[in-house]
Amino acid sequence: MNYHWNWGIFLEPVKSGDETYLDWLITGLGWTLAVSLTAWLLALTIGIAVGALRTTPSRLLVGLGNVWVELFRNVPLLVQMFLWFFVVPEFLPRDWSLWVKQEMPAKEFVTAAICLGLFTSARIAEQVRAGVGSLPRGQRDAALALGLTLPQAYRQVILPQALRIVIPPLTSEFMNVFKNSSVAFAIGVLELTFQARQMQEDSEQGIETYLAVTLLYFICAFTANRGMAWIEARTRVPGLIARSG
Amino acid sequence: MGEFDFSVWGPSLPFIRDGLLFTLRLTLVAMSGGIVIGTLLALARLSPIVPLARLAGAYVDLMRSIPLVLVILWFFLVIPYITGSPVGAETSAIITFTAFEAAFYCEIMRSGIQSVPRGQLNAAHALGLGRAQSMIHVILPQALRNMLPVLLTQTIVLFQDTSLVYAIGAKDMLKAADVVGKNYNRPVEMIVLSALIYFAICFSLSLAVKQLQKRVAIIR
Repeated sequence: MNYHWNWGIFLEPVKSGDETYLDWLITGLGWTLAVSLTAWLLALTIGIAVGALRTTPSRLLVGLGNVWVELFRNVPLLVQMFLWFFVVPEFLPRDWSLWVKQEMPAKEFVTAAICLGLFTSARIAEQVRAGVGSLPRGQRDAALALGLTLPQAYRQVILPQALRIVIPPLTSEFMNVFKNSSVAFAIGVLELTFQARQMQEDSEQGIETYLAVTLLYFICAFTANRGMAWIEARTRVPGLIARSG
Repeated sequence: MGEFDFSVWGPSLPFIRDGLLFTLRLTLVAMSGGIVIGTLLALARLSPIVPLARLAGAYVDLMRSIPLVLVILWFFLVIPYITGSPVGAETSAIITFTAFEAAFYCEIMRSGIQSVPRGQLNAAHALGLGRAQSMIHVILPQALRNMLPVLLTQTIVLFQDTSLVYAIGAKDMLKAADVVGKNYNRPVEMIVLSALIYFAICFSLSLAVKQLQKRVAIIR
């Protein structure tokens, strides 16, 4: 073991420029947060919708929901990143394709957020379906018997209960989003993992670099966990949670 | 709409096959090593020796809270300092995945062990089996069988995750597709091919796991 420790490395300037390594890591944290939070909003919206569709009486909608989930679950996230970044633009109409390839602002960020969002939506859809399935059948029957339409029953009765039930698995999905956002380095998003690799090569202080980045990811996951716990406590319906847990 | 030429798939097949063989080897080694180490970790977590349980718990929590890509980079950086000489990306990947997956298999085995009714343990003791004997002959076989579908589902996840060795340039299937795509200047076609292969393998495996799940459920 002859490793030369240098904890001051973070305040030293990078080899080519006026920035310090700390600036690189802060930029990285910013992009990691941006990709993860955008993807999370997208994933929640689509995931809840697809999950709900998979519990409706319509076989067509259930089938479509199943196809959605299987497609995103059975291809590695990294391959999906490449598909969205390199392949999808080729399938767009010519003008759009050119615009996406040449002019779209923050192309890497947008692609990564969409890709991670859809990937996570399939996993959320699975949780939401299980949550709806765990409700007593009487809830749906009673809502319909009261004269609510099916969409109304979902909005007013079924989903508000089901979403509360699935908060614990959603918490781990939320933490997974931050972890999975690291894959975005492969298409050139300047997020934490990208910056870590860059800083390691530039500074040759790999251990300090990775320790700092690991700590930053840890803080992200921990904050996500506490945030969801707060929401869980705020939205608790005493009788329901007591019975299901 | 770009112009595609899928004829590149033909000459790429030998490279894809070699890459796929590495991907499968990595998956199988990490699975078997991960399940063995994971089971030991689970036993440590459930052990009455508090420091041992804490240590195993800390390891599992740490692995589960950092991104896999970062773990891959960490091991690639640190292993040479431990062994004293540089190791190839492939060896590094095998060590990393075994160590990383052990944490996930540990949690599965732990819930498997806890799902075995307490009466089984009491009965084993009553028959005169010692602690280790009752664990090996009574509890673990049942835990393993109950958890088989979950263990296999985790293995499908592992199979997909092996693509992340891209970060250190190990030659797996995705890397093979990447190289062929660059050599023939047909990257798009090769990405599509690798996506199709991953999908075909993972989808059929997950259907098989569903079948297995039904049979395990009936036995229970």
